Amino acid sequence: MDFKDTPEQAAFRAEVRQWLTANARPKQTGAGRPSQAERYDDAKRWYKKVADAGFACLDWPKEYGGAGLSQIHKVIWSQEVANYAEPDGYFVIGIGNCGPAIMHFASEQQKQHLLPRMASAEDVWCQMFSEPSAGSDVAGLRTSAVKQGDKWVVNGQKIWTSGAQHSDYGVILCRTDTEVSKYRGMTMFYIDMHQPGVDVKPIKQMDGDAHFNEVFFNDAEIPDSQRLGEIGGGWGAALLVLMNERLAISGVQPDGFPELLQLVKTLQIDGKPVSDNPSVREHLADWYCQHAGIKASTNRMLTAVAKGGMPGAEAALGKLVGAVMNQDIANYALQLLGESGPVMNPDIAPQQAHFQKTALFSPGIRLAGGTDEVMRNIIAEQVLGMPQEPRADKGIAFKDIPS
Amino acid sequence: MNFDFSDDQKTIQDQARLVLSRECPPDRARQALEHARAYDETLWKQVAELGWPAIAIDEEFGGLGMGYLELCVIAQELGRAVAPLPFTASVYLATEAVKLCASDTQKAEWLPQLASGDAIACVALPETRSLNHGAINTVTAIDAVLNGTAQAVLHGHAADFAIVAARDEAGRMAFYKADLNNSAIQRQVQQTIDPSQAMATLQFTDAPSEPLGNGEDFPHCYQQLLDRAAVLLSFEQVGGCEAVIDMAKTYTEGRYAFGRQVASFQAIKHKLADMFVAKELAKSNAYYGAWAMTDGERELPLAAATARVSAINAYYLCSKENIQAHGGMGFTWEFDCHLYYRRAQLLSSVIGSAPVWKNRLTEQLLTA
Repeated sequence: MDFKDTPEQAAFRAEVRQWLTANARPKQTGAGRPSQAERYDDAKRWYKKVADAGFACLDWPKEYGGAGLSQIHKVIWSQEVANYAEPDGYFVIGIGNCGPAIMHFASEQQKQHLLPRMASAEDVWCQMFSEPSAGSDVAGLRTSAVKQGDKWVVNGQKIWTSGAQHSDYGVILCRTDTEVSKYRGMTMFYIDMHQPGVDVKPIKQMDGDAHFNEVFFNDAEIPDSQRLGEIGGGWGAALLVLMNERLAISGVQPDGFPELLQLVKTLQIDGKPVSDNPSVREHLADWYCQHAGIKASTNRMLTAVAKGGMPGAEAALGKLVGAVMNQDIANYALQLLGESGPVMNPDIAPQQAHFQKTALFSPGIRLAGGTDEVMRNIIAEQVLGMPQEPRADKGIAFKDIPS
Repeated sequence: MNFDFSDDQKTIQDQARLVLSRECPPDRARQALEHARAYDETLWKQVAELGWPAIAIDEEFGGLGMGYLELCVIAQELGRAVAPLPFTASVYLATEAVKLCASDTQKAEWLPQLASGDAIACVALPETRSLNHGAINTVTAIDAVLNGTAQAVLHGHAADFAIVAARDEAGRMAFYKADLNNSAIQRQVQQTIDPSQAMATLQFTDAPSEPLGNGEDFPHCYQQLLDRAAVLLSFEQVGGCEAVIDMAKTYTEGRYAFGRQVASFQAIKHKLADMFVAKELAKSNAYYGAWAMTDGERELPLAAATARVSAINAYYLCSKENIQAHGGMGFTWEFDCHLYYRRAQLLSSVIGSAPVWKNRLTEQLLTA
């Protein structure tokens, strides 16, 4: 049991450090939060720079824009880049989710054309699974793709699509057969987001930001050559993508603890350090146990992956615990701030109003990428092997399912 | 990075689990409850022959010269089996106290007996918070002559000798070794929540003893002792959590209500998922504690406190919700659920309970 790098890993870490020192911007305290458009442009520049230096998509094969290295190299990169202010995770959904779908199912020619441009963020990708009436039950989706000759005609609506407003391409899951049971009637494609018949409309969230979108399809055409996998094989392909999503977000899920600790260290109540308060100390201890536990669990999972294992459903744990904790910590921090808790002016509120912003943003994290409840089902069914609930949609044609 | 136990260590664990599943079904703990036995002597002899008490003792002192990681995996299996053994008192506490504080001559004399299991030892800790009936440890040592009372001494009744924390005339605390087969020491078994880990009152009246080492640097030694015990106990607690999660799953899968398996109800699945999450966080924190104990001494105080608090929280949650998942049967004497619930309560108190360790954890965080 150890946390040491192998000599080869140590050499790679040194190389990464050297490059980052010369090329990445240090973290600055008190820097204002840039606008969404500024952040997007910034991320595009950073990804290109990383790709030009050969550090993009480290675990992808070289011919597809990667570095031909391993998952562990990616971890080393993440650990090192976390010390800088660069937007290194900005396109994680496109690259982490759509990348594997293209890698597994696209033709050789498509892979060589699409993947290097994805890795360098010259093309931005989004993933379109969820629909207004297909959330936790994502396989209930209704957006239809009807085959006409050697192309498919798509009609319907997707929702909660991260980054669709910036995307050049999207991976989309469509209903291609309503006569068979729901899991067998889906097919996966990729689509040009700039083509006619595709309309993107941002969704204003409860925190005022607009990270997600609705995407409308009106007779949008997809050539059959852009089908990913077999006709009717969309669900299997989607599971592969979702599993990669879990790996992509595990360990990067913020849980709010470092910010809380910083606040507690500086805050005073009635002239006394708030850190002397027994109730505050108890909360701090309990949350640290979760914070440390997620980190150590991630390290156990990475050890298993390095030994050739697959990331299991255990990855759901970090998301489940971290998301709830992030919200609860934000709420607690506001309580500690007392009457000034509601004040959101970034120049007055501690840590540029981090806690107030988190209070408003964190409800979404408990929903995105699988709700708390879905995560618990995944743990119970896939990790512990408990039986599924009886279902009203089993074994009947999709068109006959009550809705 | 290699944040896992080695194949050899996993083999030791598998063998321990096999032995205990054969020799120590949970019913052994119930027998200890019903017959008020101090501990299971037959089982103790068996595990002593397998060398378990000797694992983390150097070869020059009659041990196997292995490390704490090997002891951690054994602890996890003892916890899974709710074994009615004096392992915590004799191995995690007394043996470690001797290793930390005793002189080489004392080690040469005492450790071989502890390694072979021929001697069982207990520790009277310098707990300062008081019971209703007065302080829990009032023992004084004037010229190494002990007077006073130590309450809640784990396996005090079964032990051959005790390592006693006592104050001298200057108020300095140190450890003293006292042979318990001496008429100057009266022993009485106490009624406790988990009689399969018996506790006793030790009353000293001019009892002779021998100080461990030169008695210097006691606070540091004592804290290290607690940190090590916290990590080892957290593995026992994690083993207990795993046992009750298995029990809850097996029982609810086998039972039907409203025409379906109870385990198929989301209310039960989500309960089990929460138990699994708490256990998994505790297990990962225990792993980190195990690493710190072997390879990262500077990290040990925070790692040990984290492992301890996590394990206390997880075992309480898992053991109580296991009873809930069993419904009425979980409340019976006959079912094993209460054995784990009792053990969870007991393990959360020995070496200091959650408030003490949370405070210590926070202290480490704030001064880091």
